[in-house]
Amino acid sequence: MKLLDRLMPASGIRQVPKSVTIHAVLLAYTVIALFPIIVVVINAFKERRAIFRDPLGLPDSDSFTLVGFQQVLLRSDFGLYSWNSLVVTILAVGLVLLLGAMAAWALTEYKFKGNLLITFLFAMGIMIPIRLGTVSILSLMVSLDLVNTLTALVLVYIAQGLPLAVYILSEFVRTIPKELTEAARCDSVSEYKIFFCVILPLLKPAMATVAVFTMIPIWNDLWFPLILAPGEETRTITLGVQQFVGQYVTDWNSVLSALTLAIVPVLILYTIFSRQLIRGLTSGAVK
Amino acid sequence: MASVKLNNIKKRFGDVDVLHGIDLDIKDGEFVVLIGESGCGKSTLLRLLSGLEDITEGNLYIDEERVNGRSPAKRGIAMVFQSYALYPHMNVFKNMAFGLKISGKDKHFVNNKVMEAAKKLKIDHLLERLPRELSGGQRQRVAIGRAIVRDPKVFLFDEPLSNLDASLRVQTRVELGKLHQELKATVVYVTHDQVEAMTLGDKIVVMNKGRVEQVGAPLDLYHHPKTQFVAAFIGSPKMNFLTAKISQPAPENTQLVLESGRAIQACIDTTSLNKGDIVQLGLRPEHIALDCEHNTVEGTVTLIEHLGELSYLYVDIGQEGEMVLKVDGDNQHKAGDKITFGIQPNRLYLFDHQGKALKRVNAHTTATIPL
Repeated sequence: MKLLDRLMPASGIRQVPKSVTIHAVLLAYTVIALFPIIVVVINAFKERRAIFRDPLGLPDSDSFTLVGFQQVLLRSDFGLYSWNSLVVTILAVGLVLLLGAMAAWALTEYKFKGNLLITFLFAMGIMIPIRLGTVSILSLMVSLDLVNTLTALVLVYIAQGLPLAVYILSEFVRTIPKELTEAARCDSVSEYKIFFCVILPLLKPAMATVAVFTMIPIWNDLWFPLILAPGEETRTITLGVQQFVGQYVTDWNSVLSALTLAIVPVLILYTIFSRQLIRGLTSGAVK
Repeated sequence: MASVKLNNIKKRFGDVDVLHGIDLDIKDGEFVVLIGESGCGKSTLLRLLSGLEDITEGNLYIDEERVNGRSPAKRGIAMVFQSYALYPHMNVFKNMAFGLKISGKDKHFVNNKVMEAAKKLKIDHLLERLPRELSGGQRQRVAIGRAIVRDPKVFLFDEPLSNLDASLRVQTRVELGKLHQELKATVVYVTHDQVEAMTLGDKIVVMNKGRVEQVGAPLDLYHHPKTQFVAAFIGSPKMNFLTAKISQPAPENTQLVLESGRAIQACIDTTSLNKGDIVQLGLRPEHIALDCEHNTVEGTVTLIEHLGELSYLYVDIGQEGEMVLKVDGDNQHKAGDKITFGIQPNRLYLFDHQGKALKRVNAHTTATIPL
C-alpha cells in the first residue's frame, strides 16, 4: 500500500485524468491544424501522378521530384513575389503596431471629446469585415492613383489590422500602473517620450501577440492583391501561386511547391515573435 | 529648497467636493506630514501639490510663485509613490538617471549625480539590477534616489512605507528622518500611520473629510488637540471617551459627573459652558494609573493584551462602557479581576457637544498651546 501511495500520490491521481484530457484535446487540435500543411509539404516533393495515386503517402525514390520547385523558381518571378509579400507584410504590421499602440495609449490615457466615439468606431472595425467595402476602396484607390502599387495594399491592411490591434493593446495599456506615467511626468519626461521610452517597452509582449494576429491574414490574403495590385510588378506570393492554377489544367507540383516556399518566411517571423507571443497570451494569467 | 503656500485650495471631482478650501503654510526645509483616515483627501492634496491633478479653486505658491496649472516638472517637485513606480524595464542606474537624461544633462553630470545619491542611500552596489530583482526596501531607496538626483524644491511622499514589513518600516523611517536632516529639504509626506507622523513630522496636518482639522507640532497635537477627532486620531491605543455632565463650570477646577453618578474633577476652563451641559471627557490610556487616588473609578478586567514592555487592560466600568488602560508589562491582572484606577485632574481632556476641545489649565506638559 505504502509503495502504491508513493508511486501515485493522491493529488497526482486526481491530476492524471485532467491532464490526459487536456493533452488529448490539444493533440487533436494540433493534428487538425498541421494536417493540411503536412499534406502540402509532402506532396510538393512528389510526382504529379503520385500526388493523385496516394495523396497521403510520403515521397519515395520513385515518386520524389523537385520539378515543382524548379518550375516555381525558374519559370515565375518567385523572388519578386516573395519580396512584395514581405514588404507589404512588414510595413503593414509595423505600422499597425505603431499606430495601434499610439491609439490605444491615447484612448486609455487621455480624456478628450470624441474619445468614446473613436473607441466605438474601432469596435465597429472589428465587427464589420473590411471586404464589404471593397468597391469603395477600389474606387478610392483609383482616384488616388494608387492601383497596382504596394502602397494601396499597405494602406488597406493597416485599416484591416488596426481595430483589433487597438482593442488588444488597450487592454494591456490598462494593466500598466498609472503611477509609472505619473512618475515619468514628475521626472519631467514629455508625453511623447513617456510613450516611446516607458509605455512602448512595456507593451512588447502584447505587440508580439498583435504582430502574429495581424501578420498571418495579411501574408495569406488573396482578395486585395487580386483587386488592387494584380500587375506583374506588384503581385504578392499568394497571387503569384495562382498563375499555376488554370481553368482546365492545374500544375499541382508548382502550386504545392510555391505554397511550401511561402510558408517559410512566415514561419521565420512567427519564430521570432512566438516567445513574446506566449508571454503576451499568458501574462496576467499567472502572477 | 523652497517654501510652499496653499491658499483656499479646493478640489471637485464632478459633483463631489473632495477638498473644501485648504490653507497651509510650509516653511523652507520643513517636514510636513499630512495625516487622516482613508478618503479624507490627503492623497488628493498631495497630487494637487504635485500637479498630477488640477486645482479646482484657490492658489498654490512654491517659493512665492503661483504654480497653478504648471506641469509637475516645471514646479520643481519630486514624488515618491507608494508602489515605488520604478520603470520595470530599466536597471537601477537608468531608473535614477532617466529624468536627468531626458532633460538633456551631460553624461558626466548625470553619472556623478546618480553615484552621489546611490552612495547616500547605500544602493551603489545595485545599480546594474532590474527593479524586479530588488527587495521592497531596496526598491523604496531607488524610488527615493530617483527623487533626490533631480534636486527638487519640494519632495512629496505618498505613503512610502506602507508596502514594507513592520521591521523594515521602522528602519526606513529612521533613515528617512536622517536623510531629511542631511538634505534639509522641504518635504510633504502623506501617511495614515500616526507613529510615522509623530516621529518624522516637524509639523503635522490632521485632515478630516476634506478639511484641515488641526495643524501643529507633534507634541502640541498630542497635548492640545483642538477637536475630539484629533484627540482620537493621535495616540495609540485611542483616547477613551466618556460622556459626562458639567455639575459646576469653573475657570480652573471643573466639577463633572459621569452617567453612573461618579464625580470627576478636571483642570479645564469651562466658563463658556453652563451647568448641566453634556460633554465628552477624554482620558488617554497611558495617563490612567492603577495607584492614582484622584478621580478613581472601579471596573472589571475583560481582556489583557501583553506587549512585553507594557500591557493593555480592557476594563468594563459598567454604565459608561469599556476603557483601555496602558499598564506596566509585568502587571499580573487577569480577566475577571476587579480593579480601581484613577487619573490626575490635569491629565484630562474635555470636548463640548460639537467636538471642540475646551482649554486645559496647568496641563501636565511643556508643549505650547496652539493659537
